[in-house]
Amino acid sequence: MVLNSILFYFFAALAVVSAILMVTRRNVVHGAVYLITTLLATAGVFLLLQAEFLFIVQVILYVGGIMVLFIFVIMLVNLDVSLLQYQFNRQRFVAGALALALGAQIFLAIKMGQKSLFPPLHVPDISPKNTEAVADALFGHYMLPFEIASILLLVAMIGAVVMAKRRV
Amino acid sequence: MVPVDQYLWLSLALFTIGVIGVLTRRNVIIILMSIELILNAVNINLVAFSHMFGSVDGQVFAIFVITDAAAEAAVGLGIILAFFRNRETLLADEMDMLKW
Repeated sequence: MVLNSILFYFFAALAVVSAILMVTRRNVVHGAVYLITTLLATAGVFLLLQAEFLFIVQVILYVGGIMVLFIFVIMLVNLDVSLLQYQFNRQRFVAGALALALGAQIFLAIKMGQKSLFPPLHVPDISPKNTEAVADALFGHYMLPFEIASILLLVAMIGAVVMAKRRV
Repeated sequence: MVPVDQYLWLSLALFTIGVIGVLTRRNVIIILMSIELILNAVNINLVAFSHMFGSVDGQVFAIFVITDAAAEAAVGLGIILAFFRNRETLLADEMDMLKW
């Protein structure tokens, strides 16, 4: 149990620190690598929450799929000039203050609702049937959203191909 | 056992950092990556509540969120490629061709 807490705080600190570095770095490739670190730390948090299937999905799909796509595009469009330009826009102070105000609002909302949070209901020490339970929910109760998601992916694939083509 | 609110604080921190990134950076690729960070923060919330209630519904929703993130990244990066071919820039405040 103590090990659980230590691992959680380790992954949380890793995620937050590399997220801050991702947002502030000048070089886009460095930002992408820090985002990969954040996503892997989040995958560790999923593992601590006994969501093993989501952990694998996070590693394979996010880190192995989406981030490789990002790095490909960065290499296609990377400009050396962009390293010399201003990295933050003109409204950065107002925008930063507004974002912090939004964060403070959510902070207050969590503080007010904190009493209604309760410890997990029935937690086995290990959950060997997580993938099975996810599949039951996905192909049973959530069948229609699942099919709609597949149509969304088809549309996104066609859209990406059309956008990246030289002449339509 | 880590209490549920710790996960909510982590999610709040990642979400706020992502919003700051979207609103203050000029590079479009960094903005897209910050959006991924925001979606990731949402996933932490969903999985934490799924753990709290002892059901997998939150995890199924997180899978749908990841699907959306993949679709959004594919289309967004395609748009960035098409724009870069026309204007040779990646800065969000120079994307003003629709402005009269």
